[in-house]
Amino acid sequence: MKISRLLIYIVLIIFAIFYLMPVYVLLATSFKSFAEVNLRDMWKLPKNLSFESFITAWKGNPQRGLRGLSQNFMNSIYLVIPATIISALLGSMNGYVLTKWRFKGADIIFPILLFGMFIPYQSILIPLVQVLQKTKLYGSILGLIFVHSVYGIPITTLIFRNYYATIPSEIIEAAKIDGAGFAGIYRRIIFPVSMPGFAVVMIWQFTSIWNDFLFGLVVAPNPSVQPITVALNNLAGSYFVEWNIQMAGALLTALPPLLVYIFLGRYFMRGLLAGSLSGT
Amino acid sequence: MKKVNKEKIVPILFLLPSVILIAIFVYGFIAWTGVVSLVNWNNVFPDYTFVGLKNYIELFGNYRFQISIKNLFVFTILFITSSLIIGLFLAILLDRKIKGENIFRNIYLFPMAISFVVTGVVWRWLLNPGTGGAGGSVGINMLLDKIGLSFLKSGWYTDPRIGIKAVVIAAVWQMSGYVMAMYLAGIRGIPTELFEAAQVDGASTWGVYRFIVLPLLRPITLGAIIVLGHISLKIFDLVFAMTGSGAGFSCDVPALFMYDTTFRGNYFSQGASIAIILLISVAVLIIPYLRYSLRSEVKR
Repeated sequence: MKISRLLIYIVLIIFAIFYLMPVYVLLATSFKSFAEVNLRDMWKLPKNLSFESFITAWKGNPQRGLRGLSQNFMNSIYLVIPATIISALLGSMNGYVLTKWRFKGADIIFPILLFGMFIPYQSILIPLVQVLQKTKLYGSILGLIFVHSVYGIPITTLIFRNYYATIPSEIIEAAKIDGAGFAGIYRRIIFPVSMPGFAVVMIWQFTSIWNDFLFGLVVAPNPSVQPITVALNNLAGSYFVEWNIQMAGALLTALPPLLVYIFLGRYFMRGLLAGSLSGT
Repeated sequence: MKKVNKEKIVPILFLLPSVILIAIFVYGFIAWTGVVSLVNWNNVFPDYTFVGLKNYIELFGNYRFQISIKNLFVFTILFITSSLIIGLFLAILLDRKIKGENIFRNIYLFPMAISFVVTGVVWRWLLNPGTGGAGGSVGINMLLDKIGLSFLKSGWYTDPRIGIKAVVIAAVWQMSGYVMAMYLAGIRGIPTELFEAAQVDGASTWGVYRFIVLPLLRPITLGAIIVLGHISLKIFDLVFAMTGSGAGFSCDVPALFMYDTTFRGNYFSQGASIAIILLISVAVLIIPYLRYSLRSEVKR
């Protein structure tokens, strides 16, 4: 028994090392100075901590034609905050209607909305680019906010629908008898108890919109409006093979969702499980 | 009478914007893509001359498309089975009243929070087959040298025989923790009485997992296959950032092929036909599942 337990811990630790290995290399490399970066020493710790890579990854180096990520980091912030809020509000409304104001056909509308969450976006990209170009939203952060708000509707509706299903309908019925209407019930009963639902949805949307690559790549070809994921890929794809700067850039790109995961992991998990429909 | 009407109309009015947006941006656009796939728009300028299934027929005869479909198949099978096995294995181990369970769980799950692009950039380096200019090896290869497993060294994504399988390693790194979380939630949801009854009946730990836990986890396995499956069929960012289409298209997948064809090559109709094939493959997986899970929800 003792040995088998020890064995379990050893296996768990070996797996932990596997999952942490990229993080180790990422950290070790990004804290090295350019002089110290050498492929053969990639597993070695830096001799002394250098922040040179982070400064270059953030500010860029105009002399060498290297764009920094600071502007793209801010683009991602300007994009992710409104898109998260808009898609969460739409999802909350939809979830409220679909659980508490059910009407004929609601059972058909819900799966029709939900399917939008699974489609490969390749199947809508060509018309999307056409329409965005016609409406002058193409190549703008506003366009990206719009796109993420629209394609966020299915998942936010799903999570809010499951969440509102746990609120007893009797309360709503009682409020209706007291003469409260659609908006009044939302404002006084539903919205005040919605905070955990909003937390799950907003964390989910924040993470997925921040991590998006395809829409950023196709809708924002101009470097000055690109989100950070696209800019990171360009940074890594440039012919300056400076691993320390690439790794520092990767860390900057990964940091916001990682912080969310570390500090709000409980809500992150709930969104994760909801995304697999197992919450239904 | 008037009040009843108003009560019904207002909620529908609030749902309407979302329904209209999805109707246009999902279904309308899919139909539009479908139309593009049937015309002759293989140039910068839109050309809506109807050509029937010409684009599809050409596609199936296209060498790069054939490889990308084969790769997608290999990727999907390896990615789903490895993630399921590792996820289930870790969940069962973590269920054995482990000290520091929280820490282990968070370590296994954190890659899920990261963008596929970051994963691609980091793993491109880890699986670098280079020598560091001095005849040695770097990255994972160097690590394998150090722990005496040199025979496992390989050219990874630069080796056409391995190609897409190297991408699977990064994908499994990112997604297996998710499967673990699903299974662990499932195991924890099984009533403890079931375990106790089995133990009273003299079942071994292995027996309890084999005959009680595993059968009860079947719906979770199905859910995980659906989630991993649709991610796999759509895989784009990871391949794009990690390897691109690779030597002789050995790492290519249809989503990447679609992007190159459409937005780099301006073969819009050809790209649209790839997109429609991708959509059909996802729909075949998702629609039965949506029907199944929404129907079982009504029963409950």
